[in-house]
Order: sequence, then structure tokens, then C-alpha cells
Amino acid sequence: MIQKNLRATIVLELLFPLTLFVFGAYHGVLQVFYRAGLIQETSFLGIGYYKGLTAHGVINAIVLTTFFAVAFGHAVISQQLGQSVSAAAAKAGAALMVVGTLVAAGPIFAGKADVLYTFYAPMKAHPLFYIGVVLLVVGSWVSFWGWIPGYLRWRKKHPGEKTPLGAVGIFSTFIIWQMCTLPVAYEVLVQLIPWSLGLTKGVNVVLSRLLFWFFGHPLVYFWLLPAYVMYYVIMPRLAGGKLYSDFYGRLVFLAFIVLSTPLGLHHQFAEPAISSGYKALHAALTFLVAVPSLVTAFTLAASLEHGARQNGGKGLFAWWARLPHFDRERWLFPYLFLGLVIFILGGITGIVNASYSMNAVIHNTSWLPAHFHLTVAGPVFLAILGMSLYLSVGILGKKIVAPGVAVSIPYVWTVGVFTFSAGLFYGGLKGVPRRTNLGMSYLDELSDAYRPDWRIGEYIGAVGGSIMGLAVLLFFYVLVRSLASARSEQQADSFALPESEAYHDEDVGVVRNFRPWIVAAVVAILISYIPPLIQVLGANYPLVSE
Amino acid sequence: MATHSAIPDVEKKVLLASLVFAGTMLGLIAYAAIRLGISVPTCITNVKPFEEGELIRVAPGRYEAHVVAKTWSFKPSRIKVEKGSIVDFYVTSKDVVHGFMIDRTNVNLMAIPGAVNYAQARFDKAGTHQILCHEFCKAGHDNMTGWIEVTP
Repeated sequence: MIQKNLRATIVLELLFPLTLFVFGAYHGVLQVFYRAGLIQETSFLGIGYYKGLTAHGVINAIVLTTFFAVAFGHAVISQQLGQSVSAAAAKAGAALMVVGTLVAAGPIFAGKADVLYTFYAPMKAHPLFYIGVVLLVVGSWVSFWGWIPGYLRWRKKHPGEKTPLGAVGIFSTFIIWQMCTLPVAYEVLVQLIPWSLGLTKGVNVVLSRLLFWFFGHPLVYFWLLPAYVMYYVIMPRLAGGKLYSDFYGRLVFLAFIVLSTPLGLHHQFAEPAISSGYKALHAALTFLVAVPSLVTAFTLAASLEHGARQNGGKGLFAWWARLPHFDRERWLFPYLFLGLVIFILGGITGIVNASYSMNAVIHNTSWLPAHFHLTVAGPVFLAILGMSLYLSVGILGKKIVAPGVAVSIPYVWTVGVFTFSAGLFYGGLKGVPRRTNLGMSYLDELSDAYRPDWRIGEYIGAVGGSIMGLAVLLFFYVLVRSLASARSEQQADSFALPESEAYHDEDVGVVRNFRPWIVAAVVAILISYIPPLIQVLGANYPLVSE
Repeated sequence: MATHSAIPDVEKKVLLASLVFAGTMLGLIAYAAIRLGISVPTCITNVKPFEEGELIRVAPGRYEAHVVAKTWSFKPSRIKVEKGSIVDFYVTSKDVVHGFMIDRTNVNLMAIPGAVNYAQARFDKAGTHQILCHEFCKAGHDNMTGWIEVTP
């Protein structure tokens, strides 16, 4: 059961970012039209391309994901650890996150922060943009800290018992988040805010990029791991079976604590000022982080097969048909299952990006947004959509109106995002840049930069983006109508997240404790980041302003 | 639920297969870097570019191009070399972060203010290559291009 005094906070943390997401999604659709040259303007209906792109990235990739991780964390931790979450910390965290988001939204929509969600210095935003982002992140820290005393009490009360797997996953998510946000906090608080306020004359850009990318890759695991919690804890139960291996679930989450951070240089392969040897070390560590995801692919496929065979599935592959792909009672299943299908391509293309010299072919081309829309806008986004609907409707004691539409949404989205990414992958291999309003130059017949060979990829992207927009419309139709349905107090009181049993389990001591994994993570970070940090600090780069 | 103290064989095999997969990919990258010489930019401190010219002919068919990116153009914005030339590109930025990508080559660099980036390309076919800025650099980013003309 989810803790009663957290209900209002959880619902707020789900619905507030989804409201902003209406704009994030709207501008996502507009971008594909700009890029296809169907809108040949610098702005449309009063919103500039890059203002909209900044809002699209900040809302969808930072605000929605952070709020969701906290809200879902409250639900899982309170249900699995005996209602032990501090409601005061949860409320304070939520307040900080809401205020931070609104403070950052001001300059974004006023056009004073057209810096995209990566805010690379020395492009300067209004100080309130940075201050708002800091408050949002601190709010997520406060929410996380509110779980720790209750967890320690739970361990005292349950000596010798293993921490439930969902709680292990959520704690792993936030341990990663806590570690990776410290350097970017330094970048924002020490480098960017004083400079943006006019107190310092510039920024050591090389250092700021090293600090940013220390954060930038673990960020994707912060997005992804709440979805992994759903895959391990909820999906096997929805499929009618059990989690194949409890041990592998634990091993995977704990391995991510160690492996998700010491590899940020793979985002900086194309940059000066850092030795290629250090980049090679980070490339090697990036391949290690693929291992927990490959293990996950095995464990989840085995769990799904077990469920399908319980449902009467037979044969080598025919059991696939016995999964609840179109079951209206278990409408959440395809949000998780299709996310995994999308993630196969997202993962493979990620390995291409991480492959050191191969990065030169696709770096900063539209291949990149094609790739990460198959990760953050694939498994992550579908899990967020499905679970936000499931949790908000369940906690409020409402019922799903139009479950058939609810089932169809992940299918429409999957078709859309595959089409979108196909167009952008194709374009990226032909050199189409990302983050560029192509209609103003490369897809304008009158420009000397005109590239007719780029048109087809962008048209395919526009079709895909439109289908994704349709899925979002269907989602809000179901969400709004369901939230407006009649409330049942009894249903609200009995609502709980489904939890899977383990099919088999190995009691291995090393996955019983966070501490050795956190120590290993710190050691790995020191080994991988001290040498490039010494190199960058030793070179005395000038302070630069725009 | 079956509880064991040891990990079953099938799970060990999965872990091993994952490690072998990751190791193989890594081995191929190492092969490309060490044996084929395909690597990534590194830290350069021993050259002082951007002082002695824009396109410098160091030997027949060998050039150094010293390119400065600034909002919103490359200097030089047109580079002319003859077919078969090998060009060493040194790239930096005068203001914000820019990109420096040469179409149909593997030259794909970030131009960072205060630091020097480097890549080499060989131009074996006559024709024109577009140079593009692929990092958002505010208002004029969409039009930040240059050209490399390869003469027969």
C-alpha cells in the first residue's frame, strides 16, 4: 500500500510536469515541421524555434523525468518499506521542485534563456534559469533524503531480510543521481551563476564541459532506472508470471551505481583539451555498462516466457502470443513491453555512439536525437506515461475510462517514434546536423547551403513526429476523462502497485548491501576523472564570455 | 521459490556471453585505433596555430588549415586544395561553442573557445564539400557554413 499522507504529493508530482509536457510535446511536433522546411520561419505563433527547443528539452528531459522519478520513488519506497517515508521531507521536496521549475520557466518563455537543456557556456542565460534548475535538483535531493531514516529503521526491524527489489532499484537510481549532480552543481553555482550575475568576467569552458558531462551520462540512468524497476518488479506480474531471477535484478541495479558515471568522456570524443587515452578508458568503461543491460534483456525475456507459459504458451517463440499485449484489464503491459522493444534499437545505436572513432561519423548529427528518442522517448517515456496514468488514477480511486484507447497509445507511439528515428538516422548518416532550424538554410531552395538530398529523411521524421503527437493527444484524452470519473474511496484505500515474486533466487551476500558498491563507484570515478581533471586544470584555459 | 546459494549455470553463461560481447566490440575499436590509426582528437599544447595564416602549404599536396569559428562564420570560409591533398585542420572558436564538420569526411570536431582541436583529412575526389556548424550557437546558427573546393 502506498502511504496515505503521500498521496497528494505524489499526484501533484505526476500531474504538474504532465501539464507542462503539453507544451513540450507541442513544440516537439513543431520542430519536425521546421526541420522538414514546412515552416520556413525563425518562429511560429510567437515562439522561436530555439526557445521552443529549449523548453522541449528542459520540460521533457529534466522536469518530467525528475518529478516522475521522485513520485514513483515515493510510491515504491512507501509500499515496500512499511510506510516509512517522511511526509514532511516529501512535501518540502515537492515545493522546491515546483518553485524551481516555475522560476526557470520564466526566463525560458521570456526568451532570456535560449541555451537548450545542456546550457553550454559561454552561451549565457538569465540567472533565474540556473537558479530554478538548482532548486529543482535540490528538491529531488530533499525527497531522496526523506527515504533514508525510514529505510534504516526498516532494516533494524527486519534483521536478516533482504531489502525488497523495487526499493533497491529506487535507492540505486537516487544514489547515482546524488553522486552525478554534485559536479554539475559546482559548475552551476561556482561558474555559471556568478558569471550570469555579472560578478565574474567569464567561464573556463573546458572545465565546465568536463563537469557537465560527468553529470550528462549518469543522467540517462536516472531516467532509465525507474523504468527498470517497473520491468523487474511490475511487468512479470502483469505477464502472469514471476521474475526469473531476483539475484540478477539486484546485481543489475547495484552494478549501475558503479558503472553509470566513470564514462562521461564518451560524450566528448570530438573535443580538444582531453587526451585520447583518457577518452579510450571511458570508451572501455562504456562497454562494461552495456553488460547489466544485456543481463536485463535475458532476465526479462525469461520472466516474460515464464508468464506466457503459465498462460498456456507453447513452442520456441509461439509463447509470445500468450502475453497480454491487448488486454484491457492489464492495459499497462504494452507500455512496458513496447518500451523494451524500442530499447533494443536504442541500445544498439548507443553502442555505435560509444564506439570511440566511429563517433566521428555521427557526432552531433541528427543520428543523436534519433538514438535518444529510442531511449528517453522510448522505454523511459512510455513507462512514465503508463505509470503516471496508473498511479494518479489508482491513488485518486478513479477508473480508467476507454481502456481500449489506453492500450492503443503505446502502439501508436512506437510506430511514431520508429518512423521519426528512421528519418533522423538516415539524415544523420548523410550529415544532417542536430539542433538546427533546417528550413532557414539547408532545406530552403533559395539558400546557397541548400541540400536537396536531406529532404527525404526530414519528411520521414515529420511523419513520425506527427504520429507521436497523435499518441500524446490520445494519452491526454484518457488521462483527463479518467481523472474526471467518479471517485471510489474504497478503491483508493486498497490501491497498491503490483509486485512480482521471484521464480528463483540466490542468496548472494555481495548484493545485500549498498556500501561496497558505493565505495567501488567512488574509486571508479576517482580513477577515471582525476587524470583528465588534472590535465584540464593544469592547462590554464582563459575565462571566456560570449 | 527456489533459493540457492550458488548462481545457476544458465545465468553464469549469460553473464559470460555479455562480457564476451562487450570485449569483442572493444577489441575492434582498439584494432581500429592502434592498427588502422583511426582515433579521436587529443590534447594539443605544442602548436601555436592561428598566427601564421589561414591555409598554409607545407609541402606539395600537404596543407595546414587554421580555422577560427565565430558567430556565425568560419574563417577561412572557403578553402581550395588540389585533388589528393592531405589537410591538417586546426580549429578553435572566438566566442561560443561551435561545431566543425566537413561533409562526406570523418572530420567532425567541436570548436571550443580557448582550446585547439585537430583532425586530418585526405581529399581524393574533385568537387565541393560543405563545412557545417553542428552545435547551436544562437541566432545565425542555421546559416553557419563554409566550403572546401577540391580542384582536379
